Amino acid sequence: MIKLNNIVATYTTRRGQVNAVDGVSLEIPRGIILGIAGESGCGKSTLMKVIYGDIGYPLALSNGGVEYGFADEKGHPVTSATIRKQWFRRISYIPQSSMSSMNPVVRIREQFVDFQGPGLNKAKVLEEVRAYIRQLDLPAEAIDAYPHQLSGGMRQRVMVAMATFFQPDLILADEPTTALDVVVQKGILLLLMELQAKMRNTIIFVSHDMGVHYQITHKMLIMYAARAVEYGDSEAIFKAPLHPYTRMLIRSLPTIGDTQLREGVSGRPPSLWENLQGCRFAARCPLATELCRTRDPAFIEHRPGQFAACHYPGEQSIPLEAAA
Amino acid sequence: MTTIIKAEGLNKHYRLGSMLRKVSINALDNVNLAVESDEPVIVSIVGESGSGKTTLAKVVLRLVEPSSGKAVVYDTVVAGAGQQTDPVAFLRTVQPIFQNPFEAFSSYRTVDAYLADTARRVNRLDGPAATRAIEEALAAVGLKYQDVKGKYPNQFSGGELQRVSIARALIPQPSIIIADEPVSMIDASLRMNIVNLFLRLKKEYRTSFLYITHDLATAYYISDYIAVMYRGSIVEVGQARQVLASPQHPYTRLLLDSIPSTNRKWTGRGFVASDIETKEFQLTGCKFANRCPLVQQICRTQRPEPRRQDDGRDVYCHFV
Repeated sequence: MIKLNNIVATYTTRRGQVNAVDGVSLEIPRGIILGIAGESGCGKSTLMKVIYGDIGYPLALSNGGVEYGFADEKGHPVTSATIRKQWFRRISYIPQSSMSSMNPVVRIREQFVDFQGPGLNKAKVLEEVRAYIRQLDLPAEAIDAYPHQLSGGMRQRVMVAMATFFQPDLILADEPTTALDVVVQKGILLLLMELQAKMRNTIIFVSHDMGVHYQITHKMLIMYAARAVEYGDSEAIFKAPLHPYTRMLIRSLPTIGDTQLREGVSGRPPSLWENLQGCRFAARCPLATELCRTRDPAFIEHRPGQFAACHYPGEQSIPLEAAA
Repeated sequence: MTTIIKAEGLNKHYRLGSMLRKVSINALDNVNLAVESDEPVIVSIVGESGSGKTTLAKVVLRLVEPSSGKAVVYDTVVAGAGQQTDPVAFLRTVQPIFQNPFEAFSSYRTVDAYLADTARRVNRLDGPAATRAIEEALAAVGLKYQDVKGKYPNQFSGGELQRVSIARALIPQPSIIIADEPVSMIDASLRMNIVNLFLRLKKEYRTSFLYITHDLATAYYISDYIAVMYRGSIVEVGQARQVLASPQHPYTRLLLDSIPSTNRKWTGRGFVASDIETKEFQLTGCKFANRCPLVQQICRTQRPEPRRQDDGRDVYCHFV
């Protein structure tokens, strides 16, 4: 179990301080793929940084922390304070753009072995890397190339290989396929699912594409304006979302074969610089009442395993599908 | 009938590499397309990166000179032999919208300055007449002049700023707007507002659209006609709903099968794409041959001719 305890993550800018993640608490069971969905500025990438332990100016963890549910070499439970020591071994990260994460002037095989520190036989590890690469249906020569010599999809597969090579307990993937074409994306997502099923580790996967979440995730977290608004099993969320924002995200995009009119939502998320009162979605919510505008809804379990921060959970003013 | 958009043997070659090792990339490889209608239409060009869809848009916008062939928009030759040269007349027929509105507008200028520029240079309007034209265009996209005036791009959300750029394109009352990935940078909850706006402008302002996208779902939702491109060539073209509901070309099928939809889970294995992009551009046979499940010897040697189907679509495949 991975526990997020009331996480508040703050950016310091010239204008002052702003909370990009504002009080997120969550318990994530191990061995699942958790999807985080939300729009730009909702705090999903910042939350990923906090979980990865990549905290440093201008980002600071001003409250709470993560308990990872596994222990380090000395037997101490790993928390936000000590997670950095576990990078690549127990926790790894697949970034959005593989091009800007790899060193362009060093062959990929060098980058594969250079993070593991002294005391390891590089030639032997490289041998294992080659065997592993072949398992992933990649040509073994791929790791002898420089990053620019590979296509975007191939590079991203190499990133997946790097992130999974040590079979870490936790893999974080921040929009790993948004820059790729759909055909290539499908291949990489299926590879990731296959590896997860084999290794039984936990993957936290950020994407703004609800279709991707539907295809690969077991559980989902929906964020809006720095807060968690809904959390639960993906299947339940897609079938019967509790929060109107989730409902709207599912409904907003058209599907092929369905010609009914789809409406977007007017307005935009509130500025996090303002002193926010009540539910942060209230200004755009069709269900909003005086209660919503004045009192902040608590993030609580409304159905077994399904949490939401809403005063009117599960009410359907926006139909999920038009009556057939 | 008006020729809304037509491409005739359109080619664009780019040369890559050093002087000694030149590689020619056919970004557009003998593209033929014709849409005729008396009513305004939305034509989608879909494909993945490197399909040539943006090059096609740039040729129609005169940002790129074709190597050969010609392009016609609303009965006017815009590129190639017999090109109509008056820039103002051109801008009154064709207007662009780009992918990222934050890059389309300079962050050091107010956005209404761009609107005024268009009114002055293309419509030859000044003073109150220009203001009226700007107000009308902004009203058409659901914005008020006083909410836009004097503001810089960073004071808008992506969706709002894209609306302003659509309003700018509407000022000359163009026959057709070329929209290159206009919603790919916009959040899901706001995306449909823009897409629905295109439908409304088509109906109320009788504006046609050339919608360039990689998103087949929105293409299905708004377009009348669709052309699917792969490595510089069209593989399937016809009425949008028919093409996407029952794709005939193996590439269109692969593309549709790869969309992460929310109503059917993926089964089976993914498709491992090889590193053969550059080579595919140079194939003399069918460009999809290296990946095609139906491939035969003829596919490797002969470029498939379009085959007209009963529903009027053209499929570029030896085995439809």
